[in-house]
Amino acid sequence: MASSETLLRVDDLTLEIGRTGKRVVNGVSFSISPGEIVGIVGESGSGKTLAARALMGFVPPAVRRVAGSIKFEGQDVTTMEPKQLRAMRGSRVGMVFQEPMTSLNPSMLIGRQLDEGLALHRKLSASERKELILDMLRRVGIRDPDGALTSYPHQFSGGMRQRIMLASVMLLKPALLIADEPTTALDAVVQRDVLELMVDLTKANNTAVLMISHDLGMIARYSDRAIVMCQGDVVEQGQTQELLARPQHPYTRKLLAAMPHRGPARALPEAGTPIVSVRDLVIDYGGRQGFFRKEAPKRALHGISLDVVPGQVVAVVGGSGSGKTTLGHAIAGLIKPTSGEIRFEGKPIDKSETAYWDYRLNCQMVFQDPYSSLDPRMTIGDLVAEPLRLVPGMSAAQKAARLQEVLTEVGLADGFASRYPHELSGGQRQRIAIARAVVRRPKFVIADEPVSALDVTVRAQVLELFAELQRRHGFSCLFISHDLGVVEQVADRVVVMNEGRIVEEGTRDAIFDRPQHAYTRKLLSAVPGLETAPDGGVRLFWRLVDETEAALA
Amino acid sequence: MKLPASNALLGGLLIGVLLIVALTGAVWTPYDPLQLSFRAKLAAPSAMHWLGTDEFGRDVLSRLMAGAATSVWISLLTVTLAVTLGTLIGIFSGYIRGWLDRIVMAFNDALLAFPGILLALGLLAVVGANKYGIIVALGIAYAPSVARIVRGTVLSLREREYIAASRVMGNSESFTMARHILPNCIAPLTVLATSMFGYVLLAESALSFLGLGVPPPAPTWGNMLAGSRPYIGQAVWLGIFPGLCISLTLLGINLLGDAVRDKLDPRMRGM
Repeated sequence: MASSETLLRVDDLTLEIGRTGKRVVNGVSFSISPGEIVGIVGESGSGKTLAARALMGFVPPAVRRVAGSIKFEGQDVTTMEPKQLRAMRGSRVGMVFQEPMTSLNPSMLIGRQLDEGLALHRKLSASERKELILDMLRRVGIRDPDGALTSYPHQFSGGMRQRIMLASVMLLKPALLIADEPTTALDAVVQRDVLELMVDLTKANNTAVLMISHDLGMIARYSDRAIVMCQGDVVEQGQTQELLARPQHPYTRKLLAAMPHRGPARALPEAGTPIVSVRDLVIDYGGRQGFFRKEAPKRALHGISLDVVPGQVVAVVGGSGSGKTTLGHAIAGLIKPTSGEIRFEGKPIDKSETAYWDYRLNCQMVFQDPYSSLDPRMTIGDLVAEPLRLVPGMSAAQKAARLQEVLTEVGLADGFASRYPHELSGGQRQRIAIARAVVRRPKFVIADEPVSALDVTVRAQVLELFAELQRRHGFSCLFISHDLGVVEQVADRVVVMNEGRIVEEGTRDAIFDRPQHAYTRKLLSAVPGLETAPDGGVRLFWRLVDETEAALA
Repeated sequence: MKLPASNALLGGLLIGVLLIVALTGAVWTPYDPLQLSFRAKLAAPSAMHWLGTDEFGRDVLSRLMAGAATSVWISLLTVTLAVTLGTLIGIFSGYIRGWLDRIVMAFNDALLAFPGILLALGLLAVVGANKYGIIVALGIAYAPSVARIVRGTVLSLREREYIAASRVMGNSESFTMARHILPNCIAPLTVLATSMFGYVLLAESALSFLGLGVPPPAPTWGNMLAGSRPYIGQAVWLGIFPGLCISLTLLGINLLGDAVRDKLDPRMRGM
């Protein structure tokens, strides 16, 4: 070993896309000591994933290394034979991927998948291996390890699968664990549990961790040192606390400033007829009816009651499966309620009612995924103008003028109308989706996770745009999100949902500062808050610290 | 990339030549395609008969030219009929779902269980063996497979958020189907239609072979190919030339179909 201090040293690593010669990783250097947790933060396209994959010799065929070296335990990974590389992967360097739903082989028993790596890299008998596997499954918190061995991945939830994935990697006690967005696909509460487990396990084995994430909060909480990447370059690296408190590079500052933060509470009329009022809403799903059997339907919402006052932004928060999206779809008229009532400006929404059209024209929706919410075969102009087709009494000239006005409002006026969605970035697409929702000047907009598919800085811009439009046109809004940071920034009132029920609701400050319900407290304690300091740095703080400590103890 | 453009060019060229030959064949051929000549039976290609003669001494080139119009016309109409019918069924069934979907698809699957040619035979017995009978019979026989594929595509499309967006806008279901579902089915449909063209050309020849196609002595590529079988040892050109015509037509249609599909897809433009 060259040095006992350094486990991995990357020097001037430069990667190019073979055909075009485009630099995707540009002269990146960093090192990792044994047992250290290093985080790489960056937005999409920053090259963070490619750089990490290069450490294992896992770069796509189109990508070429043009310069630099990667020394792992004194050996140069870039000059290793395929055989040496295979011996290193799994055994000395482990990797946990982002998507727990696809990183385990669905047609293989858990026991066999865990056994694969051990059998390959360790000379142990079958019974010794089984003993190790059972130990590890117990360690990662699988309740019935013996049963798990003969189960298939689909029998576990996403969080459990990620634990199993972690178990399979940690079984070999690698010297380095590469975790590529390991918890992005998971709920806040589950995310925290998995990360705590990862840190515990790696600490116990003195395994170093290279954590890749777009989530500053996560990097801030768990890493010792952080590396900030932007478009292939390392713009800044250093001790995490130091880097957060005193960011040097403008990009780091921009990234920190883009973190959602709480603004002053807005003064709003609390009284008045609610624009949308939901009473005892129950929604049942499924109940597949075969010819011979009838399955019991699954209840998604258990009697929800909710009012939205004109001009207010009401945020609905909850984990996956809490029913928040179902609620949004029901209010948008996409799902028929099983029972209960939804009223728009005091009148029930029902196709037979004359008031239906008034509701239909005035209630619009922004969807989560800008890649699937825009018809790929229509131009931007056609997409945004489409809702105007049904507006009575608007001339073609008025429609054209409105289209231009709305495109200007979302900052995509010049020449965008004739383009197609695939020519736009994710952020631009979401602007178009917002433009389409507000082009009729609706009174009520439902936004279903409108920024969860976007990068940090783009997210900040889109949220800013949304708030600006809301201020200007005064529409009420139901803002559905799992991201507490975003909710804290946009909401006037917050509704917390869990398992199809509203567990708590109140003004934003009341929910964030004085949460009453246990689930709300659990949710809040899972997510760090970031406070912007006047000098541009941020300070990480934990809500409900006493409980967090209690939970960890 | 340069390659697709030249592919489209080749496809266009092949189809262009085919259309010229078919049009010419309808008004003029070197010899009368039905004229028997027992002195020139099974003659090899020569200056007089460029592509040789068949077992009755009929000029192969003339018959190919005359047959082109019939074969292409039948295939084109059959594919159009099958695709239209199948697309309508597939879109309604897949978009509306519910009991309608179940009944239609049960019926559709029952039809799929029969080999296309058998189904066409049965239908031909009902509608009568002539040119238009073949088109109707084959069109109906091939529609179920189109319906299946379109329905599958629609099932995945209807879960996209832009369909939900269209409904939230207040668009009617039929408008949503026409504006957002149908255009996004174009890609699988062009692939399907071009490959089906080949099946139909061959199915027409099989029907002719069984005596239920275009009745002899009128030439089609299919019945010429079928009729060449007994003479394959003595007069290989009898099979080669109709076969070559069918293959080149299929190649042309496929290349052109791919080009059209890419042209219609905004995501592929400027690549």
